[in-house]
Amino acid sequence: MMFAQPKTTEEAVAYLANGDWSIVSGGTDFYPALGDKSPSGNILDLSRLKTLRTIFEDETHWHIGALATWTDVINTNLPDAFNALKLAAREVGSIQIQNRGTVAGNICNASPAADGMPALLCLDAIVRVSSQGNARDIALQDFVTGNRQTTLAAGEIVTELLLPKTSTEGDSHFLKLGARKYLVISIAMVAVRLQTDNNNLITNAALSVGSCSVVASRLPELEQYLIGKLLTPDLAPELANSITQQHVSGLSPIDDVRATATYRHSAAAELIRRSIVTLANRAS
Amino acid sequence: MNPISLTLTVNGTPSTFETIPTNRLSDVLRTSLNLTGTKVGCDAGDCGACSVLIDGQIACACLVPVAQVDGAHVETVDGLAGNGSLNQLQRSFLAHGAAQCGICTPGMLMSAKALLDTNPTPTRSEVEDALGGVLCRCTGYRKIVDAVINTHHIDVSDGKRSEQECSPVAGKSIGTSIQHVDGRVKVNGEISYGADAFPDQCAFIKIIRSPHHHADFTITDHQSFIESQEGLELFLSAADIPGRNCFGVIPPFADQPVFAEHTALFRGEAVAAIVGTLDALNTLDESTLPIIWHAQPHSLLPEEATSIASQLLHESRSGNILVEGHVERGNTDDTLKRASHYVTVHTSTPFIEHAYIEPEAGYCIRNGDRLEVFGCTQAAQMDREGLAEIMDLPIDAIRVMPSACGGGFGSKLDISFQPFIALAAWRLNKPVGISYTRGDSMRSTTKRHPSSIDVTIGCDPNGMLCGFDFKGTFNTGAYASWGPTVANRVPVHASGPYHIPDYRARSVAVHTNTPPAGAFRGFGVPQSAIAQETAFDQLADLAGVDRLEFRIKNALRNKQPTVTGQIFNTGVGIVECLEALTQTWKTATDKARSYNDAPEASHLRKGVGIGTCWYGCGNTSLPNPSTIRMGITAEGKIVLHQGAMDIGQGSNTVITQIAADAFGAPVHSIEMIDGDTDLTPDCGKTSASRQTYVTGMAAKQAGEALRSTVLRMGNVASDAHIEITGSVINLHDGPQTSSIELSKLPVNQFSYVIMAEETYDPPTTPLDEQGQGNPYAVYGYGAQLVELTVDTLLGTIKLNHITSAHDVGRAINPMLVEAQIEGGIAQGIGLALMEEYLPGRTENLHDYLIPTIGDMPDFSHFIIEVADAEGPYGAKGLGEHVLIPTAPAILNAIRDATGAVVSDLPATPHKVLSAIKKAQLAS
Repeated sequence: MMFAQPKTTEEAVAYLANGDWSIVSGGTDFYPALGDKSPSGNILDLSRLKTLRTIFEDETHWHIGALATWTDVINTNLPDAFNALKLAAREVGSIQIQNRGTVAGNICNASPAADGMPALLCLDAIVRVSSQGNARDIALQDFVTGNRQTTLAAGEIVTELLLPKTSTEGDSHFLKLGARKYLVISIAMVAVRLQTDNNNLITNAALSVGSCSVVASRLPELEQYLIGKLLTPDLAPELANSITQQHVSGLSPIDDVRATATYRHSAAAELIRRSIVTLANRAS
Repeated sequence: MNPISLTLTVNGTPSTFETIPTNRLSDVLRTSLNLTGTKVGCDAGDCGACSVLIDGQIACACLVPVAQVDGAHVETVDGLAGNGSLNQLQRSFLAHGAAQCGICTPGMLMSAKALLDTNPTPTRSEVEDALGGVLCRCTGYRKIVDAVINTHHIDVSDGKRSEQECSPVAGKSIGTSIQHVDGRVKVNGEISYGADAFPDQCAFIKIIRSPHHHADFTITDHQSFIESQEGLELFLSAADIPGRNCFGVIPPFADQPVFAEHTALFRGEAVAAIVGTLDALNTLDESTLPIIWHAQPHSLLPEEATSIASQLLHESRSGNILVEGHVERGNTDDTLKRASHYVTVHTSTPFIEHAYIEPEAGYCIRNGDRLEVFGCTQAAQMDREGLAEIMDLPIDAIRVMPSACGGGFGSKLDISFQPFIALAAWRLNKPVGISYTRGDSMRSTTKRHPSSIDVTIGCDPNGMLCGFDFKGTFNTGAYASWGPTVANRVPVHASGPYHIPDYRARSVAVHTNTPPAGAFRGFGVPQSAIAQETAFDQLADLAGVDRLEFRIKNALRNKQPTVTGQIFNTGVGIVECLEALTQTWKTATDKARSYNDAPEASHLRKGVGIGTCWYGCGNTSLPNPSTIRMGITAEGKIVLHQGAMDIGQGSNTVITQIAADAFGAPVHSIEMIDGDTDLTPDCGKTSASRQTYVTGMAAKQAGEALRSTVLRMGNVASDAHIEITGSVINLHDGPQTSSIELSKLPVNQFSYVIMAEETYDPPTTPLDEQGQGNPYAVYGYGAQLVELTVDTLLGTIKLNHITSAHDVGRAINPMLVEAQIEGGIAQGIGLALMEEYLPGRTENLHDYLIPTIGDMPDFSHFIIEVADAEGPYGAKGLGEHVLIPTAPAILNAIRDATGAVVSDLPATPHKVLSAIKKAQLAS
């Protein structure tokens, strides 16, 4: 049993190349997953990779470093397209969790109810993965493949999330539905990002739903349906009400203790309608 | 894993030490640095009890590998003010009564500090956001929010209240909101809960529990197992029990083994235990345990367990029926046939977990031929009796020293961890400690009984009740626990506080392969009230009578018989409670109607609902005495031996107030000794809302007896004023003063020169075959009015306001009365809207949801005082009453808003939405 705190990515991937390691960074998923047990095996603590705790932009992308916490997201000045992500950040567990838990960790944990997924999917997030002598970029929707499953291979860590600037346009909104106010795992959640032109016509739409399928998913047909529609406070209720169950039929929710599948379908559609109305009102 | 050396500055003091790098910061603070102010409630970030500041940022210390804080500054509750003093925030918590059991208080305080450091004047919603990560099960959160908001606004040294209220003079404390007498150590982190005082050289114990709902098992070579693993000392199983491998809170029904023998009847049942060092136990590879399991078919529901094909859990209990209860008067069948209106309602509720934030914990020391058990409990004397039988020791050989109790709500009445540590300490002759994990606590300890209830109620054309037929089936789990009490209490209380001439209530408790269902605030009555109160609303509508008016018309009055034929000539306070709500009912109903009728109402609907309660205080038709000893030492100290376990409800404060006033001394001059069974007489268990009433009566009588002895010694009149200065008692009787020189008096065996000891036992009579008799000497009454908003497209509920009216007879301490009400309502909200324990599924505090600080409505309270003829100064019990009306009032308000009838709890959004759709189709 070994413990290591690499200070650079190179050091980290060098450890990973030699032996089996469990990774801890914010710790907010690592410890709960242990249940009543103590940590065992080799533990690689990424918390000293200080250079990865950054959120910044370059000409083509916004970058969220793998060590950036939810609180970092909340405290960073970001374009309106990130509003959904910021709202999601405020609904992750509690402030205690937001202060330690990382955005990248939320993705790697790959829970069907991961709070960050819908907003990041709407930003067309790309996951940058490093291993010894290699790096690869993979679209978020291809990175998370199932309940607690990702394509992260042995020897790899996520170093950052990239958000293409072509997808950080417009305004976005996020709604999470749960059975209580704080510290809640969602029954359903949606993120909606809309871009409009000078005439309030929707030119681009990104919608995604979490907790209603094994992996949060985009709704391409509904996105196509919205493009070209007028987004104004007056017309938004009508536009929202034109969204039917059919538009979310691509989801595959399950029955569990939190809700029935039927309910999740209907709640997802309703949360989308409300998000659209909110965005229309904010645009005016 | 090799230890590393690291440096941590905690509360300003740097320390360098060696530790395993992945140890949780919470454990390092508590164990290596001995700072036990930080509490551990879940080890998963779900409860926030371990919240500390790391470099100024709030975090759950249980989720932080200690290696990550090397070089950091950590702040904990222990250092908030330092040196045992209190800062402004801590004083505000005391002044507002924001700490009840106190286990969540450190987490609340640190979260509040994080907020106030950057925002000294926060709004209510900012406080809620900041404290949203800390769960509290006692307070209902409002007093905590008030305390934080007011920290820098008021002079909290007296909490905005007069000096008289804060430190009342002799004989004047009853009716004043004095601060908790034990509050100071709860807000500065000094108080010891079960896991806070493990002795040096303590061994620890890990319980091996069944992973199956029902399984046979074989223990293989445990000796080699212990020898093969470093740090393990002892393996224990049923074969090691010296006495009877059986316990139970009601001796004739005792049936639960300490360790199962050959067959485990529920998932989580203990089958063996391993003693060793904490490190060895924490790193134990469970796949190597010397136990072979053979899973067996199981029944989780009463309908499965009572089917003919089902196996018996206990051979002597045919049909898996533990017990049946029955109360009957008049001719219910005939009356119902003649009723002008009647309704039939079915309701069901799931297992409810107590979810106190302190998991069970304690330690045991063997002292010669005696065992001393320190730990959390609601019933020190019952623990002692149970342990004596299990250990085959005389009762005097067992000493129970209660720790502070971080919430109980009924589940800490039963023995849980105590036999394991007693057995291990006895065998090893050294201290042995235990700290249940959240999983241990949730899997193995008792729950609220799931219920399935059918009730038919009829009334005449004027809306007067004329027949009531109730049948309740309760899932009592694998063992008896308090199942018989639930089965007996429910038929007595199922009527609610109403006059019903023709009444029949039957209950049955059925064994299944689930955790034992036991006592939980209300013993089955909250479940039955859901059926009765929701049926009343439907019946009132059929009769065309206003729902509040319907209740007032039918409410029980003085001189009317209860459903057990008991008659109270005075003290029945339900009408006063309902009438107190009349104005709110009118305003709230009007407000809701006009909101709903407005064109912009859209998908939101407001509704108003009422629920009521009555609840008998003390054991049902059984003796349950309390004894209070009060003495004066030769040095002039007044000492109160107060054995009523304070589990956060405030008995330490209330009983001291009563004793102080009865004797005639200022409450703050009284020194209290708690329920240590070597020092304090039996005050019975903290359950059945009996402590203020029963122990309160004993305290009143002891205080009065001590007073009359003192007055007699000084030969002064009964209204003389007692003043103790040093070792002299001065008695002021008008212009006369006489003195008693205490140091000249002989000292008795209890070290007192003057002493009184009094016992009070409520006068009750047994119930006959029809359930008729006087089961309780005192009932308390109450009503609550809920205003809420339903989102008719999502099925979500927003609670806007709850107005309560509880008849407490006499409010000994109004602040504590409010605190009980708000805490009970919070649990009622959980029962109504979110809580559901499913064995194997919701065994942690993120899948099992209890209300957070953001789920509370605003509150208004009417404290009604209809004096009781029996209770001390007229006081009645309150602890359980307060959660009974909440759930039915919420369901009634949902129906009022939308027409939706939700009968299967909890009313989660999907159930509410489906009920709304059903109601829309029907209309």
